[in-house]
Amino acid sequence: MKNKIIYFLFLIPFAAAAQDDLMKELEQSEKKEVELIEQTFKGTRLVNGQTIETKGAGELEFIFAHRFGAVNSGAYNLFGLDEAFVRLGLEYGITNRFGAGFGRNSVDKTMDGYLRYKLLAQSKGSKNIPVTVTAFANAAIRTSPKKADATYAITTEDRMSYTGQLLIARKFNSVLSLQLMPTIVHKNTVDKTIENNNTYALGVGGRLKVSRSIALTSEYYYRLNTPANDPYYNSLGFGIDIETGGHVFQLVMTNTRGLTERAFLTETTGDFFNGNIHLGFNVTRTFQVKKRI
Amino acid sequence: MKSLHNIKVASFIFALLVTFSTSAQKYTTETGLISFFSDAPVEDISAQNPMVGSIFDASTKEIVFIVPIKDFQFDKRLMREHFNEKYMETHKFPKSSFRGTVNGYDKEKSGIQPVKVSGKLLLHGVTRDIDVPGTMELANGKLIARSKFKIKLVDYNISVPQIVWQNIAEEIEVKIEFTYKSL
Repeated sequence: MKNKIIYFLFLIPFAAAAQDDLMKELEQSEKKEVELIEQTFKGTRLVNGQTIETKGAGELEFIFAHRFGAVNSGAYNLFGLDEAFVRLGLEYGITNRFGAGFGRNSVDKTMDGYLRYKLLAQSKGSKNIPVTVTAFANAAIRTSPKKADATYAITTEDRMSYTGQLLIARKFNSVLSLQLMPTIVHKNTVDKTIENNNTYALGVGGRLKVSRSIALTSEYYYRLNTPANDPYYNSLGFGIDIETGGHVFQLVMTNTRGLTERAFLTETTGDFFNGNIHLGFNVTRTFQVKKRI
Repeated sequence: MKSLHNIKVASFIFALLVTFSTSAQKYTTETGLISFFSDAPVEDISAQNPMVGSIFDASTKEIVFIVPIKDFQFDKRLMREHFNEKYMETHKFPKSSFRGTVNGYDKEKSGIQPVKVSGKLLLHGVTRDIDVPGTMELANGKLIARSKFKIKLVDYNISVPQIVWQNIAEEIEVKIEFTYKSL
């Protein structure tokens, strides 16, 4: 009897092996791979500023952004809708990580060109990277006022400004993504009595996805070095992202009308909590101009 | 008593042999190809996934495969994003799998032979019984399994958001081609 039990004990593993759950075998043979965390944000703009997202290689994005006047400008001004500030822009993905863009904003008739590079991509699996980091740099020239209209002998150098930014974001889950944006904006020529050449700012922002196609966003840039008699405000914005096929619509509320870093980071004139809010939208359309290999 | 012992030893050896012979009948691949095609008025959508893992046991005719959803490759990156984020909800259902039986396969025959595959397909968190035609072809020690069938999105709870204006076909054509190596 005792022998029989031992005999059965011996048979059990073989019987199990014979019935062999193939699925388990397949699951075990699967290699653990690097899983990139993608789609931290829907687009390359959070509200006014940048996100860590880059376009894919061969993708061209057309960005049409628009800010109305201030809501508290009253019924005479149709709560700001009588005024409009526009930026038209293009961004191209040279590689999946490296992109370049340019645009023109009607605020101070500013033209800007920029580069962005994804230094680090968030991933899990066999390689665990907690955040995505993108470096962003731009140069912008304000072409207004005309030389003849300027109050001093304005030069091209006077018109230039530059931005350097490190964008650090983490997608915590499919719902929540947060981003930190340490930023420096350099303006060649400033009114020293009220502003600095270099503005250091720390931005925070995030996205909360409420459905498969809709997300809420917000963004705040805190300026670290403001002069004593600073007339400007920190820029704050809230948005709703709506994605429809190749388009992303972002409806925004913000206290700034500018759409280049210089304008919204260092020259925001509105006090958000005093009703100085601009409605606006960003519409992006992505085209695949070069086939992916 | 002694003869009983002999029977035990004999059956023990037999059990061992069975185990070994079964494993010798197994075919595997880690680079199986699954592609799909959706024919829609606005834009045809197709994608390939060359990262499908599969095992086929010729002795029991059992077949299993696992499809990592995020490995589907599209012509446009945006299509891939929408596929994962909106339709397949890959963050919730990262893998699709199938377990079933290849009926009518004769392991002694070479050349292309028609088979019927039936089993359970897990897709987008929904498991359904499917019954599809296919072929098996044994050539130069390699076994090639092929199949082509249609699946309805609604069967697997895959819904197209109202807000997406692109028309997506309700039926998707799926093509399978696994080239197995014998284990």
